[in-house]
Amino acid sequence: MSTAAIATQALGRRYGRTWGLRDCTLEIGEGRVVGLVGPNGAGKSTLLNLLAGLLRPSAGDLELFGRPVRPGEPTDGVAYLDQRHSLYESFRVREMLEAARRLNRRWDHHAALDRVRELGIPLQHRVGELSGGQRAQVALSVALARRPELLVLDEPVASLDPLARRDLMGSLMAAKADHDCTVVLSSHVVSELERLCDHLVVLDHGRVVLSGDVDDLMAEHVRLTGPSSTVDEVRGAPLSCERRGDAATMLIRGPRPALPPGWRAEPVSLEDLVLHHLAAGLPKEVAA
Amino acid sequence: MFEFRFESGSGVPPYLQLVRQVEHAVRLGELKRGDRLPTVKEVARQLVINPNTVQKAYRELDHRGIVRGRPGMGTFVARDDPAGVSPERQAQLRAGFERWINEARASGLTAADVEALVSSVLLRIGKRSGKENE
Repeated sequence: MSTAAIATQALGRRYGRTWGLRDCTLEIGEGRVVGLVGPNGAGKSTLLNLLAGLLRPSAGDLELFGRPVRPGEPTDGVAYLDQRHSLYESFRVREMLEAARRLNRRWDHHAALDRVRELGIPLQHRVGELSGGQRAQVALSVALARRPELLVLDEPVASLDPLARRDLMGSLMAAKADHDCTVVLSSHVVSELERLCDHLVVLDHGRVVLSGDVDDLMAEHVRLTGPSSTVDEVRGAPLSCERRGDAATMLIRGPRPALPPGWRAEPVSLEDLVLHHLAAGLPKEVAA
Repeated sequence: MFEFRFESGSGVPPYLQLVRQVEHAVRLGELKRGDRLPTVKEVARQLVINPNTVQKAYRELDHRGIVRGRPGMGTFVARDDPAGVSPERQAQLRAGFERWINEARASGLTAADVEALVSSVLLRIGKRSGKENE
């Protein structure tokens, strides 16, 4: 078996008496693009900070690329980008890149300069004078120049307008095609994640509610609609069943059951699937 | 160069959307043997889509014999339109079908209704011709 990029075992982080993240056990293969979703306070940022080595776990184990992560030890292979795109405001772009060069043991200065130039961002401009989209691109250039094995992005586009969002994610996807790193990004826009991610982790109240390969999840779930009168004839255990007048809708995970007359099966969008699992709350395990 | 589209929320897994678009384009003669598909990176940037998804689609198309990847050169269409229908006949059939779709739309049928109707008719005709062959 190949080494997992991320392996957590009952990982947890407590803030005082409340758990920000609890019993988090995940295994994610190298090269994946992982989408982390959940409502505010679900534990997304906690998990991302733990992965980036910015937080100390209160419980459990964390391994990146087969190496245990110990707090306080430098994690050269991990780059982290938050939604504020933290940079030094008063620095010129050239100075910002120079500072990052000195701060990082692993650093590809040519790549950083080329990338910023390619985006048409003037090196002599001060960071504070740049547009939100340009700042985000500079911050992403800094993260990529560190040649990370794991790139962690906490709501990277939350503060950007739609055009800048598209530009940033487009250049992230192109960068991922160039150097094959593992990416974990959080968002609360689930509809965006369908095109960006191949692995999905849904968090709620500090716990993993759903985790899996996006294509598998979409193939496993199916929505059944038909007359309310024959609901009981549909075999299988639905995750949910809604009746509205004469019509009923069910969400099923697992093999498709044979359907009574008048029933039909439809694919489920990733967004609907996530919303359903969030509404259901408790983890649903299906035998692998 | 062939341009992919992406529809989120359709319930069709992303890689499968890309696979179907190439399959359809080959079937309709829009893509011909030897045409080069855009690189994984080009598609990733243009569609703002995960390059793993594009790679998976290209692998699947290769597996189905529709494209061939040539290392260092790109991914090329490896098959001609399997139906072998002339472009004129293709255009006639298409025009007839477009008229029919417009009629269906005017009667209030949605895209999903049309799909259901088409697959049910195909299934019934398929069964009948199957019996004839027996």
